Amino acid sequence: MSGHPTYQPQNAFMKWMEARLPIAGLIYSSFVVYPTPRNLNYWWTFGGILTFLLATQIVTGIVLAMHYTPHVDHAFNSVEHIMRDVNYGWMLRYIHANGASMFFLAGYIHMLRGMYYGSYKEPREVLWILGVILLLLMIVTGFMGYVLPWGQMSFWAATVITNLFSALPIVGEPIVTWLWGGYSIGNPTLNRFYSLHYLLPFVIVGVVVLHVWALHVVGQNNPDGIEPRQASDTATFTPYATIKDGFFLAVFLVLFAYFVFYAPNYLGHPDNYIPANPAVTPTHIVPEWYYLPFYAILRAVPDKLGGVALLGASVVILAFLPWLDRSKVRSARYRPRYRFFFWLFVATCVGLGWLGSKPAEGVYVFAARILTIYYFAHFLVVLPLLGRYEKTLPVPGSITEAVLKRASAAAVVAIMLAGLIGFSSPSVAAEADTPPKQKWSFAGPFGKFDRGQIQRGFRVYREVCQTCHGLSQVSFRNLAEPGGPEFTRAQAAAVAAEYQVAAEPDDQGEVKDRPGRLSDRFPAPYKNENQARARFNGVPPDLSLIVKARGYERGFPWFVVDLFTQYQEHGADYLVALLTGYSDAPAGVTAPPGTFYNKYFPGHFLAMSPPLTEGRITTNGKPVYDDDTPATVNQMARDLTAFLMWTAEPHLEARKRIGLQVMLFLVVFAGLLYFTKKKVWKSLGAHG
Amino acid sequence: MATTTSAEHTRRDFLYIATGAVGAIGAAAALVPLVAQMNPDASTIAAGAPIEVDLGPIQEGQVIKVFWRGKPIFINHRTKKQIEDAQSVDVARLPDPQPDSARVKPKREQWQVLIGICTHLGCIPLAHQGAYNGYFCPCHGSVYDTSGRIRSGPAPTNLPLPPYEFVSDTRIRIG
Ligand code: FES
Repeated sequence: MSGHPTYQPQNAFMKWMEARLPIAGLIYSSFVVYPTPRNLNYWWTFGGILTFLLATQIVTGIVLAMHYTPHVDHAFNSVEHIMRDVNYGWMLRYIHANGASMFFLAGYIHMLRGMYYGSYKEPREVLWILGVILLLLMIVTGFMGYVLPWGQMSFWAATVITNLFSALPIVGEPIVTWLWGGYSIGNPTLNRFYSLHYLLPFVIVGVVVLHVWALHVVGQNNPDGIEPRQASDTATFTPYATIKDGFFLAVFLVLFAYFVFYAPNYLGHPDNYIPANPAVTPTHIVPEWYYLPFYAILRAVPDKLGGVALLGASVVILAFLPWLDRSKVRSARYRPRYRFFFWLFVATCVGLGWLGSKPAEGVYVFAARILTIYYFAHFLVVLPLLGRYEKTLPVPGSITEAVLKRASAAAVVAIMLAGLIGFSSPSVAAEADTPPKQKWSFAGPFGKFDRGQIQRGFRVYREVCQTCHGLSQVSFRNLAEPGGPEFTRAQAAAVAAEYQVAAEPDDQGEVKDRPGRLSDRFPAPYKNENQARARFNGVPPDLSLIVKARGYERGFPWFVVDLFTQYQEHGADYLVALLTGYSDAPAGVTAPPGTFYNKYFPGHFLAMSPPLTEGRITTNGKPVYDDDTPATVNQMARDLTAFLMWTAEPHLEARKRIGLQVMLFLVVFAGLLYFTKKKVWKSLGAHG
Repeated sequence: MATTTSAEHTRRDFLYIATGAVGAIGAAAALVPLVAQMNPDASTIAAGAPIEVDLGPIQEGQVIKVFWRGKPIFINHRTKKQIEDAQSVDVARLPDPQPDSARVKPKREQWQVLIGICTHLGCIPLAHQGAYNGYFCPCHGSVYDTSGRIRSGPAPTNLPLPPYEFVSDTRIRIG
C-alpha cells in the first residue's frame, strides 16, 4: 500500500530537522498513518505484546545485572541477595524469570497465528525466516539466562545442553571444551554465559528491527489472507491498531502479573533453589516448559547424533515452511483440510511437551516417537500433499466483504492457550507417598504468616535443627523485619548475641570469635563439607530455602488445577509429611545401616533420624511452647515448616499485597482501554 | 440534536482522559521499583550500623584510620603542641570559620575524630603533612590544620566530623 499522507512538519524546527534526519517522518509513516488491514483479530496483537516483553526483559535484566555476581562461588548467593535485600529485588527477579516464560508463550502464539493464517507465504518469506531466527535467538538467550542463578537445574541444564555438541563426529569434543573454557562446566563457562546473555537480547532487538522493516515493506497479512485492495479495507495504525494492541496487552499483563505475584515459582523447578553441585545430578532433570517439545524429540531418537540432528531440524524446518506449503490460499479459514491438520500439529506439539516432562521410559518413549514422526510428517508430507489435493473454499473478493461474515476460531484457540500455559514439571521422583495437603495461613491471594506460629517454629529450629542444619541466607536483623516473626529489634539483637561469629582480624592478625550482631548471618554449624561428613555422616542441607527447594509431583490434571487454585505449598506440605512420616519399615524391607524409613521420602531411606519427638520442646517442664500451645510432633512440624517458608520467601506478604494492587489496577486499566477501543473503532463505522 | 452530540463528545473526551491518566499512573508506579533498587539495599544499610573503637593503643601523636560505612575515619591522638596550635588560630580569618572547640568533644581535646575525605573532590588527605602539620591532600593541594580545618587550596570546607560519642574514657562509638 502506498499513497497514504506523508508527514508535513508544522513548525520551523521540525522542518529543519526533517531535512536532516527524517526520524519524525519515519515514525509518522510507520506507526501512525501506516495502513493495517481492518479485519485483524486479537491474535495479531502478539507482535506488540512481544515487543513489550522484550523491553521488559531488557530493563529488568539490566537491573538484575547491577546486583548479580557471575562467579561460581557467589552467583547463587547474589541471586538470593537480590531476592532478600535489594529494594523490590524479589519483584524484579520474578518479573524477569516469569517474563521469559511469557515471552515464549507469546512467541509460540505469534508463530502459530502465522501458521494458521498462512502469514509466511509469498511475499512474506523473509519476514517469516527472520521470525525463525528470532526463535533461535530466544532459545539460546533463555537457556543461558537459566544457567545464571547457578542452582542444580542451572548447572545440569548447562551440562546437558553443551554436551549436545559432543554428538558431532571429530569436532564434537573440542567444541564442547571450547564452549566450557575448561574440562568441565566451571567459572569460565558461567562468565561467558553471563556476557552472552547480556549481549544476545540486543541482537534480538536488531533482528526485530529487520522483522518490522520487512513487515512494513510487504504489509500485514490478515485473517482472510487476501491483500487489501481499497481504502475501506484498511484502518490507520494509530489510533486503531495501537489502541487494540494496548487493550490486549493489558489483558495479557493480567496473566503475567498473576504468575509473578501469585505463582512465581510455578513454572520453575524446586531443584534450582539448591546450589549447583557438580557431584550430584538431580534424579529427574527437565528443561523449562518452553523447551519440552524439543527435548522430547531429542529423547525419542535412540541414537546420540540422530537425536541432536532431529532436535536441530525441528526448529530449522520452520524456515522452509514457505516452500513446503504449496497452497495458493493463505488463510486456514478457506482451507478446511489444512485447518484440521493445523490443530493436529498443535496437539502434537502439546503432546510432545507433555512427554518431554515425563521420564524417558516405556510407553512415553514410544509415544514420543510417534509424535516426533508426525511432527516432521506435517511439514514434509502433509503440507506438500495438501497444497496439491486440497479443495479450498471460495476466497472473498475483498477484506470489506469478508468483515461482514467473519468466522470465529477463538474458542478452539483458547483451549490451545490453556494447554500451552499448563505445563509444569515434577521435582521429586514419584515413588513416594503423596503428602497430605495442609492448611496454611500464608496460602492463597491474601495469605499472611501467623506470627506466633513462625516464632514457635524458630524455637523448634534453634532447639532441634540448628546443631546440624545451617540457615546461611538469613540475617539476625531479618527476625525483626516486617512480614516475618517480627521480634523487636532488641529481641533480635539478643538472639544474635547468643551466637559466636568470626570477628575481623585483630591487631595481632588473629581471627577470634565475637558475639553476633544484627547485621550478621546465622553462622554455619560446620566449617566445611568434610567436617560435616565426619561429624554427621553426610552433609545436612542448609534450611534457608528448603521449602522452595522441595516439592512433589502433582500429575495431570492437578498441576493445571493448582494454577487456578493457587496451590503453591507443595514444598511446605512435603516437609510436614517428611517430618512426621517416620515409621518402621514394612515387613520384608530392612533399612540399610544408618538410615531410617520414611514413607514420604523418595527412596524411603534417609540418613536423618526422626528429629521431632514429643518432649523436645518444653516450657517449665511441660511439653508446651511459651504461649502454652502443646508441642506435639505434628504441631512442631507445622510451626517449623511455616518458619522455613518465611526464611525461603521473606517477602511473601509484600508480594501478595502488591500483587493485589497490581491486579486491581490492571483490571481497571484493561476495562478503560476496552471502552476506549470500542469508541475509537466506532468512528471507523464497523465492528473491529 | 446538537446537545446530544456535545454530550457524546464530553463523555468520549472524559473516557480518553481517564484512560490516559490511569495509564500514566501505572507507568509512574512501574518506575518506583526501578528507581528504588539502586538505593542502598537492606544488607548495606545493616552493615552501616555503629562501630566501637578502642582508643587505648593509640599513642600520643599517632593517627589511625578505621572504616565506617566504607569511609575512612581518622582518629588523631593530638599532642599538647598540636592542640595549642589548633586553639590559637584567629578563627575569623579562616575560610570556613570554626573554633577548635566545636570540632572535638569537651574535655577530650586530645582526640580529634574526623572523616578523612577531602571536601574538594574526595581524595584521602595525608596526615602530619602540609604547612600546618595537619593534613595535606595530594590530589589538588588542599591544606588542613591539626583541627582538620581548611587553610589553603581548592577545598571549600573543613573536614567533616562523623557522629560519635565516648562510651568510656578509652572507647568511642562511631555512628
Ligand atoms: S581532592 Fe583534595 S584537593 Fe582536590
